[in-house]
Amino acid sequence: MTFINYASREINCKIVYYGPGLCGKTTNLQYIYDSTAPQAKGKLISLATETDRTLFFDFMPLELGTVRGFKTRFHLYTVPGQVYYDASRKLILKGVDGVVFVADSQEERMDANIESLYNLEENLQTQGYDLNNLPYVLQLNKRDLPNVIPSDELVGELQKKGEPVFEAVATDGTGVFDTLKAVAKQVLTELRKG
Amino acid sequence: MAEAPFILQEHQFQRLKTVLARLCVECAARVVFLVDRDGQPITYHGDIGDMDTTSFSSLAAGNVAATSSMAKLIGEDVFPSVFHEGERESIFISVIGRSLLVVVFDERSTLSLVKLRTKRGSYEVAAILDEAIAESANNHASNNSFFAEITDDDIDSLFS
Repeated sequence: MTFINYASREINCKIVYYGPGLCGKTTNLQYIYDSTAPQAKGKLISLATETDRTLFFDFMPLELGTVRGFKTRFHLYTVPGQVYYDASRKLILKGVDGVVFVADSQEERMDANIESLYNLEENLQTQGYDLNNLPYVLQLNKRDLPNVIPSDELVGELQKKGEPVFEAVATDGTGVFDTLKAVAKQVLTELRKG
Repeated sequence: MAEAPFILQEHQFQRLKTVLARLCVECAARVVFLVDRDGQPITYHGDIGDMDTTSFSSLAAGNVAATSSMAKLIGEDVFPSVFHEGERESIFISVIGRSLLVVVFDERSTLSLVKLRTKRGSYEVAAILDEAIAESANNHASNNSFFAEITDDDIDSLFS
């Protein structure tokens, strides 16, 4: 839920990166964190297991600048991708303003993508949201790997509603900011619509 | 569709700040935060030192979200408060509807004092927030012309 504070003239929005385990959600956030000026970001908080798998969520606040005198702050979250952390995923979707689905382009992860996308729709519904009416972007990650499925096939399987699609290699930053920009733009456009 | 925005007007913000300032003194607390249950910091009063208040708010909300789910698993509807006791500093979190009142205190105060004072303050905070939520829909409609003036160029300029 967007929080607009007229006293401090701030707009705060929540964006959640969703997707199957090891698809690169945390890597997206890490790249954004590493590439952003210190004054525009807070700390990157990672609630992870000892093997660096996301346990609860990763979080980073990002200040993008000012729109008509209002500071725009985006709170970026990732969910844990592993199937058995579903309770955590539901919690993190509460109050969401926009979602990025990070798909793993590797052939052997196709089933995991489909399962995770289904899980996203289901969890959004339990929180009272409809994916069709929510700012949403699809990212096809790991395009640099040899065993990837062609993009048009992935789009055919995973695109839900004509949402923007970006090819990405989150480890080197390819497509990371394009994805963020697209979802942030949709969130602000929603605000404009009222 | 995403939920309607929560709009806090300046006079409501100032009233919340006044309640938090009084609570901070009454609880003999180091700092008192008001945080949205989605993790957005609303305001605070007290000594934050070099604390990262944005991360703190997000983690407080995550903490309450997790314990609330645990409550449901054991047949409780919700845990209305959560307490973390440290060696020097402790944290008491009181759930007020969609928001959390978070009190950070040390050995100069006690849990019972914090609980007692927070309970009274909670009613005042809840009343202000209820008013803000009720007005949010109307405010959004009347202020929509302001947001409608946001152009694609304005949005694009954020990423230039």
